[in-house]
Amino acid sequence: MAGRTLFDKIWDRHVVADLGGGFALLHIDRNLLHDLSGARALEAVEQKGYRVARPDLTFATPDHAVSTLPGRTSETFAPGHKLLAPLRRRAKDLGVRLFDLGQDGHGIVHIIGPELGLSLPGLTIVCGDSHTCTHGGLGALAFGIGSSELLHVLATQTLVQRKPRRMRIDFDGGLMPGVTPKDMILHLIGTIGTAGGTGFAVEYAGSAIRALPLEGRFTICNLSIEMGAKMGLIAPDDLTYQFIEGRDFAPQGAAFDAAVAHWRTLPSDEDAVYDVEHRIDMAKVAPQITWGTSPEHVIAIDRAIPDPAAAPDENRRTAWKAALDYQGLEPGKPIEGTRIDWVFIGSCTNSRISDLRAAAQIVRGRHKAAHVTAWVVPGSERVKKQAESEGLDRVFAAAGFDWREPGCSMCLASNGETVPPLQRSVSTSNRNFVGRQGPQARTHLASPAMAAAAAIAGAITDVRKM
Amino acid sequence: MDKFTRLEGVAAPLMRQNVDTDVVIRIERLVSLRREELGPYCFESVRYRPDGSENPDFVFNQAPYRGAPILLAGDNFGCGSSREGAVWALMGMGIKAVIAPSYGDIFFNNCFQNGVLPVALPLAEVERLAEETRAAPGNARVTIDLDRQVVVSPRGREIPFDIDPKRRKAMLDGLDDIATTLTYKDQIAAWQAKDQSERPWVWGTR
Ligand code: SF4
Repeated sequence: MAGRTLFDKIWDRHVVADLGGGFALLHIDRNLLHDLSGARALEAVEQKGYRVARPDLTFATPDHAVSTLPGRTSETFAPGHKLLAPLRRRAKDLGVRLFDLGQDGHGIVHIIGPELGLSLPGLTIVCGDSHTCTHGGLGALAFGIGSSELLHVLATQTLVQRKPRRMRIDFDGGLMPGVTPKDMILHLIGTIGTAGGTGFAVEYAGSAIRALPLEGRFTICNLSIEMGAKMGLIAPDDLTYQFIEGRDFAPQGAAFDAAVAHWRTLPSDEDAVYDVEHRIDMAKVAPQITWGTSPEHVIAIDRAIPDPAAAPDENRRTAWKAALDYQGLEPGKPIEGTRIDWVFIGSCTNSRISDLRAAAQIVRGRHKAAHVTAWVVPGSERVKKQAESEGLDRVFAAAGFDWREPGCSMCLASNGETVPPLQRSVSTSNRNFVGRQGPQARTHLASPAMAAAAAIAGAITDVRKM
Repeated sequence: MDKFTRLEGVAAPLMRQNVDTDVVIRIERLVSLRREELGPYCFESVRYRPDGSENPDFVFNQAPYRGAPILLAGDNFGCGSSREGAVWALMGMGIKAVIAPSYGDIFFNNCFQNGVLPVALPLAEVERLAEETRAAPGNARVTIDLDRQVVVSPRGREIPFDIDPKRRKAMLDGLDDIATTLTYKDQIAAWQAKDQSERPWVWGTR
């Protein structure tokens, strides 16, 4: 019998019942709630006459609909307060642990899971948010679910899922100058497209992945859903165990050793078989920037804006044309030098301490262009404290950047924080969809260093020239 | 959840690829509105002009397609965010089924949870349905027969489609997943008890 993949091992362990036809009833080890859907889901469970099965495996944090204005309270963004107030009440009544604004442990749900040691290798983790795949960086089976599925998990601590196929992506070789995990994954999405991973659990492997610290692995896994894959994961290794040791909810002492012994059995067997495999040669990957309105609309920074006339098929020609039109760009021109108005450094993709350090390194001793508004939104209360203890907040402030409170902010603009219409932003988030950062806002996705460089230059810039 | 057996109606072609759930429903609508109120905001960024008036280029603003219960779409429809509000917004606009070559995974799941049928047909078939519909707008009706697993085109061609048997049955019966799962209550408890001894660190969160 062929060996099993990391994915298979986690999946198989969590099957409570085989439902036939490729479906299984899976146990869910962690259910993470956020402000946008948390309170309504808890209410709905009760309305339907069910009860929350395992409050001890359920955790909550307000991130999507909160203001990130310095000194904010839950009332700063009033519509968000209407969601958070009942979440606080329900969580308290039910005994669901809530990491509230300003408290240690608060932050974007996909930042705090790993940060607090709630997310661990081998766990099944769900959240009503598609970027739950982020937690796969630890070697967990983590995926986003819809509201009905969320109710199902709350009421039963299980989920009916169809087993996906397995895909393996090897990133081989060292990273070229200026290249970050964000560039690796954007390059991959540009190569296989936004539907390239649909129906698959994607395992990232190869020497470039093994060399990556955990924070970079989270960035890679975070964008799995942007190529259609609900689940993206990376085998745990010594770097993973070092990352976990000592975290609040992680096992301690002998329990930690026992856990590590188990986690060491998780990586894919040598002879494991995947349905599809891709290989990316890191020597060919340069810093990336998106030009259009889909994450697959991405090019290396030194390339020209694509011409729809050269699109591989009619469908894409139409999509490219519409994208260029929305973005206000001309085909054939270099993307470098395109004037920008906003820079957003933040989101569950790129708001960890290493991201802020990378951006600060570009910014230090420089000043943003006068016409640019630049925001830095740390991913969590702890990231913020750490950055402040390293003086990064002062580096950003001296360069004219705004230093803000943790939250999703301009990643999705559901909190009153938007890029104004027709303005152009370079953003470290994960979606450049039409209207994602606000009605008619034009988004270019890039790494934190590239975003910082754009703020300084006032235009899309090749970070390698800074 | 309503049962889905057979649906006959106008099919509105929106033949773009990668239509994401952010386009279907903007996130701030989900912050401020309840699910029943989302219909008027479905596709708002393409449905209305900046001054708030209807965009006549948008298919659902055109006479034969207003209120159409079937949506014809391009590849990877509903990609992106997990927001189930995308399905609720479509329902609010009167859509009961989508026909597209492929779907975003989470959106696809969410459809079944709400009794909206996502039918997968090859792109060429979806395009032909769109052509036949455009050739005879107004009286061009498409039928989706879930019981027989066929789509009937405006010209009467029958196109079979695949659907997972379990999902088909749940749609035909209008079944609630939670009630079904709770019949496995004892297995769930047994799984948890066993796992607590095998992986105690998973459970020590208090
Ligand atoms: S930062 Fe953006 S992508 Fe991440 S959870 Fe928040 S809204 Fe979703």
